[in-house]
Amino acid sequence: MSGLGSGLRKAAPQLACLAVILFFNWLAFPGFFDLRLQDGRLFGSLVDVLNRGAPVAILAIGMTAVIASKGVDLSVGAVMAMAGAVAATMTVEGYSLPVVLLSSLAVGIACGLLNGLLVAVLELQPIVATLILMVAGRGIAQLITEGVIVTFVEPGLIFFGTGSFLGLPMPVIIAAALALLTVLVVRRTALGLLIESIGVNRSASTYAGINSRLLIVMIYTFCGFCAALAGIIAAADIRGADANNAGLWLELDAILAVVIGGTSLLGGRFSILMSVLGAIIIQSMNTGILISGFPPEYNLIVKAAVIILILLVQAASLSGFKLLLRPGAAATARKAEA
Amino acid sequence: MRRITLGEDAVSEPDLLLDATEIRKSFLGLKALDGVDFSVRKGEIHALLGENGAGKSTLIKVLTGVHKPDSGAIELDGQAVAVRDPMHAQQLGIGTVYQEVNLLPNLTVAENLYIGRQPRRFGLVDTRTMQKQARALLARYDIEIDVGAQLSSFSIAVQQLVAIARAVDMSGSVLILDEPTASLDSHEVELLFGVMRKLRDRGLGIVFITHFLDQVYAVSDRITVLRNGKLVGTRQTSDLMKVDLVSMMLGRTLAAATEHGRRAAPPPSERKISFSDFGRARSVAPFDLTISAGEVVGVAGLLGSGRTETARLLFGIDLPDRGTITVDGKPVRIASPRDAIRLGFGLCPEDRKADGIVGDLSVRENIALALQARRGWLRRMSTREQTELADRFVKALDIRTTDIEKPVKLLSGGNQQKVILARWLATQPRFLILDEPTRGIDVGAHAEIIELINKLCDEGLGLLVISSEIEEIVAYSTRVRVLRDRVHAGELAGAEISTDNIMRAIAAEHGAAR
Repeated sequence: MSGLGSGLRKAAPQLACLAVILFFNWLAFPGFFDLRLQDGRLFGSLVDVLNRGAPVAILAIGMTAVIASKGVDLSVGAVMAMAGAVAATMTVEGYSLPVVLLSSLAVGIACGLLNGLLVAVLELQPIVATLILMVAGRGIAQLITEGVIVTFVEPGLIFFGTGSFLGLPMPVIIAAALALLTVLVVRRTALGLLIESIGVNRSASTYAGINSRLLIVMIYTFCGFCAALAGIIAAADIRGADANNAGLWLELDAILAVVIGGTSLLGGRFSILMSVLGAIIIQSMNTGILISGFPPEYNLIVKAAVIILILLVQAASLSGFKLLLRPGAAATARKAEA
Repeated sequence: MRRITLGEDAVSEPDLLLDATEIRKSFLGLKALDGVDFSVRKGEIHALLGENGAGKSTLIKVLTGVHKPDSGAIELDGQAVAVRDPMHAQQLGIGTVYQEVNLLPNLTVAENLYIGRQPRRFGLVDTRTMQKQARALLARYDIEIDVGAQLSSFSIAVQQLVAIARAVDMSGSVLILDEPTASLDSHEVELLFGVMRKLRDRGLGIVFITHFLDQVYAVSDRITVLRNGKLVGTRQTSDLMKVDLVSMMLGRTLAAATEHGRRAAPPPSERKISFSDFGRARSVAPFDLTISAGEVVGVAGLLGSGRTETARLLFGIDLPDRGTITVDGKPVRIASPRDAIRLGFGLCPEDRKADGIVGDLSVRENIALALQARRGWLRRMSTREQTELADRFVKALDIRTTDIEKPVKLLSGGNQQKVILARWLATQPRFLILDEPTRGIDVGAHAEIIELINKLCDEGLGLLVISSEIEEIVAYSTRVRVLRDRVHAGELAGAEISTDNIMRAIAAEHGAAR
């Protein structure tokens, strides 16, 4: 129980930020916290936040692993577009749902594998290596859709974007399941420790016998898989694949979610759940700005201001409470997570 | 006698170009230079020597304005100067060429020579004049190359000479060469020496930093040795025996007690690891090495003699381009540290911070790391298992930490070293390589680590210990391997092991001892 307590204490700045943002959302729109059950499904702004935030949350899960290994993956937005394009095009051409899903995920895995090989084997800087697919990926997606927005009406695929399960929208269920599964795999095996180790000091990790190269390839591959999953959800949501706009700039939101969640861009200690919390914070902000009736032009500026605030609060709390929290904080936080 | 020219007049009437006196410089309370005197005369090549951390690079940085001295005076041609920055040093006449050539490989030779001061015509760069001047400049060094070609298309030696030509042309009074020969082959070294002698005869003062003693004797007129930030002495090269130079560098005198290795060779064992004809081009010349269970092989040699390279080769970090390994008589292959670890090897690296500790992780995780890596990611060691392991080693090795959850980077150097040792001992190795295990740690921990080495050896481990501390090697080694200029030059065993003999072996020239 003390583990959970210190985990919460560590998340305090983020939770406080979320509370403040939700409070302002409530001021702007008094019905913000209203929830109602209709046809066995929950509706309301809060559900909306989770639903809209799910793709970024899924990206952030993969991105957390990449950033923990001292890397970054800029290509996830483009990979989303590619995966969406493949799913839509194949659906239109009449392939069955399992084939469509597997092909689409395979595209993401292949992209991640390429990134991983560039980073781990050719030892390119991650930012450059993934920039290649970030630029080329969108072009490939356009080639797949032949330059048009491919729309589809296949209910099976659409279910992943707009369906619901246990009263919650499918994207939320998928994101939650992926987050829990990832935490389980990462913390119940030694993967988490090994990833943190290569993120902190790759050379020392290799000396200690960690297969850094293989591990890095695996991490980027997983990130590509996550991006494809988010791409399928985004396509299913709008019932079509828009190669130009699907996942546009979402790589930056994903990186931001990870940073807000407290994982350092310098690699090392990471927390999947905190990154998901980061994604929820970003989406609450987006939703809040929209429902408050601000002109959309202000959206990005307000967002930037809030983000600076969050990071400042984080920095201050880290330097102030670090020594207090230090003994066992990291380990117990992880226990709480697992 | 190896001295080449320099008339006696020049010696008796030293024509000082550069005279630095009583230079002091501390970083965060650590004395990097403690009252060092250093001078350069007109027309001499002055070798500046010392082991790692002796203060050579700090001295050079003070002379070239990178660092400001805390106290002390620098005179140039009899005038007191305060060097503001490297640019100012250049204007004053002090040019520097660093080990890694600091030119722009993507520009042409001529552009590199004249960058920032290109001849202009109507406001534009006059390429033709620039190339003509460049050719004329290089002709003075007997270099005839296409000055319009990219610098990177030439060998490192030529690039080095271009850098020297540029530095001399711009500064032309004192030339500092920081390990210029580190990546040159013997023919290229001769070429460089030719140029250095020519410049000396033209009246330049040259400061030559190197780790190769043979080169010092081949080209230098005077030698200054630093150790731990202090001046050990400045001597005429012709008056200084090589073995005396080594003792100046290592801080031992031959008069010191010739303590013999107290460790007897272990009974012959079947359990042994043999490397034969093992080597890697430009790293270490092929060597044979056998390590039996229960023996400590000490490795002695100066910095740059191939000690660390040997360790990297044995542990699979660098791959050998020739040679074979057998473990207990069975041939094996090592292509990575993972392979080596699987065979029961371990390596405590020289650069603890860069290659040893994983700073942000806890003491517990650092100790468990190698064992966990060997088990594979699927078989996670539970936190309790890790804690038990860490507690056991914290106690056994007396690792001083308030808490095993503390990030290892907050521990002192000696305790970090023990954590890395614990990491390997946790894997129950049969062969441990320790590269400078006592560097940068306090006296107490120093003694403990030496005690530990002896204990591990008694327990049947095979150890290879690399150290600059010769007395230390004498204290624990059953055999001592001596390296010189990237060659395994000899081995001492039993009663032969003494600080005296080791230093003689390090200093010895091929064939006869000087």
